[in-house]
Amino acid sequence: MLKYDLVVIGGGPAGMAAALKARECGVQKIIILERAATLGGILEQCIHTGFGLHYFGEELSGPEYAYRFIEELKKTDIEVKVDTMVTDILPDNVIVATNNTDGVMQIQATAIILAMGCRERPRGALDMPGSRAAGVMTAGTAQKYVNIDGYMPGKKIVILGSGDIGLIMARRMTLEGAKVEMVCELMPYSGGLTRNIVQCLDDMGIPLKLSCTVVKTHGLERLEGVTIANVDENRRPIPGTEQYVECDTLLLSVGLIPENELTRMAGIVIDPITSGAIVDEYRQTSRPGIFACGNVLQVHDLVDYVTQESQIAGEGAAKYILSGGKNNEYAENTIRVKAESGVRYVVPQNINRSTDKDVKIYFRVADVYKDTSVVVTCGDEVIYKRKKRKLAPGEMENVAIKLDDIAKLSENEITVKLEV
Amino acid sequence: MIKEMVCVSCPIGCMLTVELNDNNEVISVKGNTCKRGEQYAVDECTNPVRMLTSTVRVNGGVLPVVPVKTAKPIPKGKMFDCMEVINNTVVDAPIRMGDVLITNICDTGVDIVATNED
Ligand SMILES: Cc1cc2nc3c(=O)[nH]c(=O)nc-3n(C[C@H](O)[C@H](O)[C@H](O)COP(=O)(O)OP(=O)(O)OC[C@H]3O[C@@H](n4cnc5c(N)ncnc54)[C@H](O)[C@@H]3O)c2cc1C
Ligand code: SF4
Repeated sequence: MLKYDLVVIGGGPAGMAAALKARECGVQKIIILERAATLGGILEQCIHTGFGLHYFGEELSGPEYAYRFIEELKKTDIEVKVDTMVTDILPDNVIVATNNTDGVMQIQATAIILAMGCRERPRGALDMPGSRAAGVMTAGTAQKYVNIDGYMPGKKIVILGSGDIGLIMARRMTLEGAKVEMVCELMPYSGGLTRNIVQCLDDMGIPLKLSCTVVKTHGLERLEGVTIANVDENRRPIPGTEQYVECDTLLLSVGLIPENELTRMAGIVIDPITSGAIVDEYRQTSRPGIFACGNVLQVHDLVDYVTQESQIAGEGAAKYILSGGKNNEYAENTIRVKAESGVRYVVPQNINRSTDKDVKIYFRVADVYKDTSVVVTCGDEVIYKRKKRKLAPGEMENVAIKLDDIAKLSENEITVKLEV
Repeated sequence: MIKEMVCVSCPIGCMLTVELNDNNEVISVKGNTCKRGEQYAVDECTNPVRMLTSTVRVNGGVLPVVPVKTAKPIPKGKMFDCMEVINNTVVDAPIRMGDVLITNICDTGVDIVATNED
């Protein structure tokens, strides 16, 4: 059986940053297994700029951001196997992977980093009647057609969902000569960045219809149009507001789901809100020696944060490996981090009381809030409080808890919440 | 003339109200809560620029297209003219990261550069 100190599953920005960090921390034998033909993950198709502002202080395109890490990897002896799919994780951290040259392989790992990314919510996840005509696809699929395969999937387009990928594709397809009729958003606000609303929709003259959804698709072989309708505050279509819109393509940008099939197969405990693993401050999952980072752990909108999170996981895996696979004795020494009133989820969900650094807790809020405060409490004690002008579900936030404060906590539970 | 816009320099997204005179010069900016908002309003009203990204056809590469960007932001009003030039360009593989594929596109003084390899 092949043996490695660290096996990284997925060669997107998360996997690459984690592997590089683990190497920097002194881990010897590292391999990255990537299902696609190249490293870079989803960034290869995200050709617009806006990546790296936080991490590199420069505005890069997706492929340029990935390229910097690919070049760093080339300078190391970290092994990479592309076109290789991991199919199972057995007990004792044995990985089953397969590709055309090696066939089915079993790899013994001391530690594993899960970095499989996420995928888009498909049509099946929506409750939308109509035939299965061609021309209905996720915005990310269209992004791949246009930016990698070099062809346009349609001419007259309606986009459902105002997530960033949908907004980016509205501009991209308009620039390529398509007519984007409108972007419909179920919620009363957009889930995308304001910058994308301005530069992708306003610049291109594309209307954004809030509290509006597609209730039916028309066409037998090829999509011919959709019926849209306004929705009430319970997000149910309001009868009488239906309107027919002619189009040959419907793009769905209705959310991302972490790709956690392997994680589930490995018996790792999943957080029902993030749909990613429950982790500690070093991103270790409920299975000793298995770590998770990037979009497989929580859906990120900024790749810069993916990189930061993955470096934490890389460092955590290195500590685990270099200490001889010692399992941190968590059970009674663990501080649980809870999300409450307005805070939808937190990552990490657990913090080891004897940790060795300040811990940043990342979170998302449930709604748009103005002039509120983010508060972290332990029992009756307030250990952190900061005013915020504006919080929105589209932007990931974080609070930093000081190492000294962690050691002093009076209880084994802290709560992150909003105070109006 | 009064123009309304959202500042996108940071996630707060202040609503800006900009007062312009007949020569399209900014007289006042209201609604911003920091200096960057004022600068944004002036730039947007006098010389709005954008980064343009797209793909260029490649002959003999692994993939049929290579992603490109303008090396610097270009005037917002020139985006579609530039797209036409980009769409009429075909280059031969191999393409390296940062290769200049079109120089001085539409007399903007800005080059189109490759943002990946092929
Ligand atoms: C369509 C789309 C568009 C996006 N656009 C933007 C954007 O414009 N700006 C932005 O900042 N962020 C964007 N994101 C978010 C983006 O995903 C993250 O910024 C970043 O790419 C996440 O990195 P990652 O490494 O976690 O995941 P990914 O980049 O998705 O990489 C995961 C990798 O794991 C591989 N993999 C999965 N399962 C297996 C397996 N079983 N075996 C082997 N390999 C496997 C995949 O092939 C993939 O290469 C977008 C996401 C999507 C889905
Ligand atoms: S004016 Fe300042 S605070 Fe307001 S959105 Fe612009 S940069 Fe942010």
